[in-house]
Amino acid sequence: MSLRRKIRLEVNGETREGWAEPRKLLVDFLREELGLTGTHVGCEHGICGACTILINGEAVRSCLMLAVQADGAELITVEGLAAGGKLHPLQEAFREHHALQCGFCTPGMLLTAYDLLRVNPSPNEEEIREALSAVLCRCTGYLTIIKAVRSAARRLPADTGK
Amino acid sequence: MKPPAFEYHDPVELEPVLELLRRYQSEAKILAGGQSLLALLNFRLTRPAALIDINRITGLSYIKEKPGWLYLGATTRQRAIEFSPLVREKLPLLAEATRLIGHLPTRTRGTIGGSLAHSDPAAEYPVVLTALDGELVARAESGERVLKAGEFFQGLMTTALAPDEMLVEVRLPAMPAGSGWAFEEFSRRHGDFAIVGVAAQLSVEGERCASARLAAAGVGPVPLRLESAEQALKQGGLNQRTIAEAAARAAEQTQPTSDLHASAEYRRHLTRVLTERAINRALERARGTRS
Repeated sequence: MSLRRKIRLEVNGETREGWAEPRKLLVDFLREELGLTGTHVGCEHGICGACTILINGEAVRSCLMLAVQADGAELITVEGLAAGGKLHPLQEAFREHHALQCGFCTPGMLLTAYDLLRVNPSPNEEEIREALSAVLCRCTGYLTIIKAVRSAARRLPADTGK
Repeated sequence: MKPPAFEYHDPVELEPVLELLRRYQSEAKILAGGQSLLALLNFRLTRPAALIDINRITGLSYIKEKPGWLYLGATTRQRAIEFSPLVREKLPLLAEATRLIGHLPTRTRGTIGGSLAHSDPAAEYPVVLTALDGELVARAESGERVLKAGEFFQGLMTTALAPDEMLVEVRLPAMPAGSGWAFEEFSRRHGDFAIVGVAAQLSVEGERCASARLAAAGVGPVPLRLESAEQALKQGGLNQRTIAEAAARAAEQTQPTSDLHASAEYRRHLTRVLTERAINRALERARGTRS
């Protein structure tokens, strides 16, 4: 009844293929089929935000999408943020401001912040707090993450979020 | 957990969806944005025989201006509504309500039709539709019918949609000139479902309230149109005494129940406070003293 389907998509600029049953969640497909374990599985019901990735440039919970739905899409996961061995400015800022402790929420935090800075290149603190409320962190108390995002916003060219 | 197995259909046109709905009747679920349905599947709180994924149907995602109205396709994403200049201009209440739905990453996928068909009693879109007397277009193989918001929401997460029908379009009257709007809600954390939410849109002529549209979420199984509060404003004008009276009547009209999140008394109290805030903020906007 649930025949496996072939899925072809672009992940971090590379074309990738794999097979999945329709019920396979996108996050599990990324981790188990494509070996991209940077995206974390947290609550599996869209609350914690650890599994947030970008699909066609916009942040999405990859636990609330089926892998088959991503066929043909362009994805960016945390593995795709650094380029040529150089950390993305958001990652640099997270390191400088000690914006992580255990690191479990970090992939989701980074991609949520990436999406925020793309739609709003110079957010105020209130806007950063609102955006980051999409991801739960149980270690940091958020303050260092907010600082890191502010600092990255100052560093990034306003138009691209890159 | 992970979803149970299901048959999966993702047609690119509407006709096969309607055929599948007729065939499966209540055994199939339509998958729109999936921001509620996937969570329910992951927890195995629902086990449909089949999922009919409507995300590949391109003609269902649009925001169109008609004389005095906006028509929105069922799979229009919440994110598209949030950033639509047309919605901000013609239906600012809808734009404001949208920003309170979940978080930006869930609004990327979540759709207006999915939210309305899911019909959570605390959700934002059903209460906006109720306040503005919106219309919902349901289609089956046998034809199409247009339902008023008041008849669409029938009970706790229950709508008037028949098993073979799909919600295809949402129609909302554009805001008249000289009006103001506000959506007020209280939730413990940003992005959570509201404990209580109040939608307001007022048209002002001097001190007179030409029209008032008020509705509350989270105070019963379906959104509640706050008619006695609307009457109070239309009869008593827009002074602080009448506004306080309207808010008190709004609270009286509710019959909330107590649950894990809040007691009935607290929900009634919130209805009064949020109605008063919503009216005041809508009034400031109608008078141009607030953007």
